[in-house]
Amino acid sequence: MTNIVEFHNVRKSYGALEVLKGVSLSVPKGSVVALIGRSGSGKSTALRCVNGLESIQGGELNVCGRKLHEAGVKLRELRKDVGIVFQSYNLFPHKTVEENITLSPRLTRGLSKAQAREVAQRVLAQVGLSEKAASYPEQLSGGQQQRVAIARSLAMEPELMLFDEVTSALDPELTGEVLKTIEALAKGGMTMILVTHEMAFAKRVANQIVFMHQGVVWETGDGRMLDAPQTPELRNFIGNGL
Amino acid sequence: MGYEFDFSFIWDFWPDLAWGALETVLLSGASIILGFVAGAGLAVAKVHGSRTVSTLANIYVEAIRNTPLVVQAFWLFFGLAAMGLRMPAFYAAIVTLVINVSAYTAEIIRAGMESIPKGQFEAADCLALSRRQVLFHVELPQAVERVYPALISQSVLMMLASSIMSQISVEELTGAAYGIQSITFRGFEIYIVVAVIYLLLSVLMRFAMEGIAQLAFTRRRRLGTPL
Amino acid sequence: MGSSVTIAHYILMLQGMLWTIGLSLMGFVGGTIVGLPIAIGRISQSKALRRSLGLYIALIQGIPLPILMFLCYFGISVAGFNVPALVAAGMAMTAYASAYLAEIWRGSLQSVPKAQWEAAECLALTRLQRMVHVILPQAVKISIPPTIGFLVQIVKNTSYAVVIGFAELTYTARLINNSTFKPFVVFTVAAVLYFAICFPLSHFSRRLERKLKRA
Repeated sequence: MTNIVEFHNVRKSYGALEVLKGVSLSVPKGSVVALIGRSGSGKSTALRCVNGLESIQGGELNVCGRKLHEAGVKLRELRKDVGIVFQSYNLFPHKTVEENITLSPRLTRGLSKAQAREVAQRVLAQVGLSEKAASYPEQLSGGQQQRVAIARSLAMEPELMLFDEVTSALDPELTGEVLKTIEALAKGGMTMILVTHEMAFAKRVANQIVFMHQGVVWETGDGRMLDAPQTPELRNFIGNGL
Repeated sequence: MGYEFDFSFIWDFWPDLAWGALETVLLSGASIILGFVAGAGLAVAKVHGSRTVSTLANIYVEAIRNTPLVVQAFWLFFGLAAMGLRMPAFYAAIVTLVINVSAYTAEIIRAGMESIPKGQFEAADCLALSRRQVLFHVELPQAVERVYPALISQSVLMMLASSIMSQISVEELTGAAYGIQSITFRGFEIYIVVAVIYLLLSVLMRFAMEGIAQLAFTRRRRLGTPL
Repeated sequence: MGSSVTIAHYILMLQGMLWTIGLSLMGFVGGTIVGLPIAIGRISQSKALRRSLGLYIALIQGIPLPILMFLCYFGISVAGFNVPALVAAGMAMTAYASAYLAEIWRGSLQSVPKAQWEAAECLALTRLQRMVHVILPQAVKISIPPTIGFLVQIVKNTSYAVVIGFAELTYTARLINNSTFKPFVVFTVAAVLYFAICFPLSHFSRRLERKLKRA
């Protein structure tokens, strides 16, 4: 299988603080990878490197056939292939749900208004919010807003989706509906990397779980790894986390 | 004491006052629209421009905001005349007002731009929008909506300030009043009447600008959110 | 084409600048004397008082300052007095400044946290004691940056006294331009003199505001 994302010994620092100290990791097409770890372990930073929100300072990072460690990467082109959903949704408050979704397809892919609306209808159906096209973000619950954010990313028809702690700002009952949406996407064959605190979800949905600690991949494996941690750090993390 | 008020002369001069009021409205309307465009441009230069561009924009804004409108009007109007350029006073007044109001508008819109959460830009970047697209579809619309009440107040102040353009012989409302005063010598009465007209114009102007907001900000209209 | 601008002209302009400063002080002092009671009245318990003071403010803020200058100028003569333009200009500046200062200070008073008002009430202080000992000292601190910012408006707007022929800086500059016909020189010098007063005030106001925000 081809890898959509490959980290080779990736390093990243903020000033004197080294956040990623040589991360190596590969994500095959169609797989779901869950990044877990304490805050400050570098998991979110690693995720943000994948679509160029953070630049790397060492090692190699290949994403969708682009070498992000080399100069002159066209970030805008990369972002048409890599969608991202944030913890804080970041919907545009002055635009309706449909306008949020059609904005980029119309501007960056040159779709007509009618074509873009069709795309919007399709992705809204995918996240189960077809009837909310004309609503404004402030009229929706947090869970619904997050699903719109997912639909907005899907409308770009990305090869890879990134999810950065997308349920951390939500109440437990709203968390469920968002996770269900993501799970359905995974079943549909979307390649995705998620940073998450939902261990049960990670275990159920992810093909590969990556435990990050102190800026490196500390332990990795499939869902069973959470039942039989090999390192005291992961054992400790699960013990506190669950 | 023993002054007898006499407002009867107003009936003879009402066309002058009406034309004057119309000219005030035209002068203000044109200056507000052009000043908004120029001010938004200056705000973008301040926030996104290179070091040189933003420094130049800052110098412009500070120079305008720290000198009186009358002096700016005299500088331009008499200056052009000294260079042998004839510009009708009405247009010279618009140019002065646009130069003046754009500096204030720039500061208001800049504050609006800086109040937008960072996440909005991150999301827009990740949707592969170009810097220009982010500016016109995400940043400016939200900034203007956020500061619109301040823009209304600013516009009313500018309309009132346009009265000083009578000093460079523009026949707007105050200019008309000055003319009537010099014929009737009823200065107190005429300026009371004109004060009332200005009050009405400022109320109307607020009303009109709130109407524009209803048209421009679809969300506010649909959800009934106050400005 | 006109004569050159001489040292004597510059001295005249400096004199005009002194009158500008004088008129600004009149506006600020007068505006404080009238505006402070209005600010306090605006948050009184009497609805009628709040309303009528609000009307006063709306009236002054809805009339152009040049028109206020004319109204004071002609109003005084109608009342049968013959006074210099300085008095008319000073009255107009007082009315103008009082309305804006009252609004600035009302805002400052109202931004003193509610808990402070309640705490003061619990100490069994009278309304006046609460105001003087608890609320005002805190409100003053909040009000300083916008008040200094408004001083810039006062200084610039004294130039509107040009309409009634008061010989402050702008009027003086205009007279000199009429005789020398050197508008760029004359009005640039006038602008620089205004800037020399206003910019430090603007800058100071902004710095205080930032400092207050950080604290």
